[in-house]
Amino acid sequence: MKSMWNDQGGSFNPASAADYLAPDPLRQLQLQRLRATVRRAYDRVELFRSRMNERGLTPDDVRTLDDLGRLPLTVKTDLRDTYPFGLFASDMSEVVRLHASSGTTGKPIVVAYTQEDIEVWANVMARTFAACGLGRGDIIQNAYGYGLFTGGLGAHYGAEALGATVIPISGGNTERQLMVMKDFGVTAICCTPSYLVHLIESGREAGTDFRDLPLRTAVLGAEPWTDAMRRHIESSSNLKAYDIYGLSEIIGPGVASECVAQSGLHIFEDHFYPEIIDPTTCEVLPDGAEGELVLTTLSKRAMPMIRYRTRDITSLVSERCPCGRTIRRIQRISRRSDDMFIIRGVNVFPSQVESALLRVEGTVPHYQIVLTRHEGLDQMEVQVEMTPEVFTDRIGSLEALQKKLGDAVERTLGIRVNVRLVEPHTIDRSQGKAKRVIDRRNL
Amino acid sequence: MKIKQLSVFLENKPGQLSHPCRVLADAGINIVTLSLADTQQFGILRVIVRQWQEGLDALKAAGCVVNVTDVVAVEVPDRPGGLATILEAIEKAGMNLEYMYAFTIRSGDKAVLVFRFEDPDAAIHRLQTAGIDVVDGVELYKRTD
Repeated sequence: MKSMWNDQGGSFNPASAADYLAPDPLRQLQLQRLRATVRRAYDRVELFRSRMNERGLTPDDVRTLDDLGRLPLTVKTDLRDTYPFGLFASDMSEVVRLHASSGTTGKPIVVAYTQEDIEVWANVMARTFAACGLGRGDIIQNAYGYGLFTGGLGAHYGAEALGATVIPISGGNTERQLMVMKDFGVTAICCTPSYLVHLIESGREAGTDFRDLPLRTAVLGAEPWTDAMRRHIESSSNLKAYDIYGLSEIIGPGVASECVAQSGLHIFEDHFYPEIIDPTTCEVLPDGAEGELVLTTLSKRAMPMIRYRTRDITSLVSERCPCGRTIRRIQRISRRSDDMFIIRGVNVFPSQVESALLRVEGTVPHYQIVLTRHEGLDQMEVQVEMTPEVFTDRIGSLEALQKKLGDAVERTLGIRVNVRLVEPHTIDRSQGKAKRVIDRRNL
Repeated sequence: MKIKQLSVFLENKPGQLSHPCRVLADAGINIVTLSLADTQQFGILRVIVRQWQEGLDALKAAGCVVNVTDVVAVEVPDRPGGLATILEAIEKAGMNLEYMYAFTIRSGDKAVLVFRFEDPDAAIHRLQTAGIDVVDGVELYKRTD
């Protein structure tokens, strides 16, 4: 049995034990924790209580895990409407940490943690790193932003709980990132996938080839990315690039993580209970069906969350993973139901555009989609940053490249788009998070 | 005999051309000659500078996409038919000429042109065989002093 637990070179981390629970004890644990969470939310949070009362439900109506489907859903605006502290279930004297979202649209959302919550968070992040094959002796460069954003501190505590060495470098300052990476012998990095691509490019421009570094593992999250992007990263470095998943409303990073099999993300379902629903009818769908991921926290104290709609589209995988973990997986999330835009009647996800662009040899994961309206007609322009690899001094070759990119997107979407080659570093990478769509149509 | 040309990618919008020129200026590098090729959406600035390695480093450090291409400088008699004769020789040799532009410097009664061939080494050989003067970098930059 023990041999199954070894992710890499026999480096099993005890924190990961819960990943290998047998189904029955796991379901029992989930039910017990679910009932306690619903009770706590009902007793202490006005919003949850009034919504359950409206449906004539009390916490005692949750007798099985399936009963969860009867409870009301929670959405992001519920957090905004109760800003700042309306969903807290703990007195401030027990809250040891607050984080907040960036609040690009109006007020931010605020999330709270008790000391126990922080410990759970460190545990699930340690399990995340262990699943990516990391352990004691690894030097982890944590380039997620430290601050109100949950990424930086979440990964930091997890790396320490794992027993690895963490470098709290935070985001930005590319030159210093490269220097530290080289000089400190960094073996793993945490950041957004678009920032890693930026680091690899900047390294190349400054004469640092990532293939010459001891860096082996990239733990990437905080924005949706595709397998094509993963191939791009892995072929320009010695990295194995792992996808992790999380959201502040639930805990931050550490909700789910890929393992060395790189085939779906294990959801730490002893702490976060997943459901998949039809986003239109809100009906619960069986394992294997694609729909919107809905999460319920099973152990959060300061801010329990009941059936939170993530807007992320995925499916649950219940088949056993080759890595030996028994907890279920979710498929890689490459789209969000609210990322989708409609142009000339066609539903488009940015990830489709990304895959199409990356199919063209030698290009270029930095892109942005700009939507405009011209005399009543929607126009879609894909701006793609020029790279030294594909640049030549011949106009004809660049026009051919432009055409190839346009054709690739057209084949995927079925509509003609304008491709514009732009200078490097002109597409905004604020906070390391790539903004993929700019909609200037004033809909 | 080949000369290094730096090519810089530009977006076709106001103010884009001055940036690489300013970068070269701040690095104390003089542009010997240049040409600009553009489409509606983007352009390519091609420059010949004496310290091309320093120029390349400065442009890269400033975030420009740059590449280095070998080009050939050819002396052309500055009189009607001077260029036509050379182009005919190139045609006859079956060499593929990608583009060309002129130097601002002259050499006596001759103008100097920059030619970009698909295969510069073969082109130099053919031109010399046809009795056409190819100018090397050392000679060329001496004239700019």
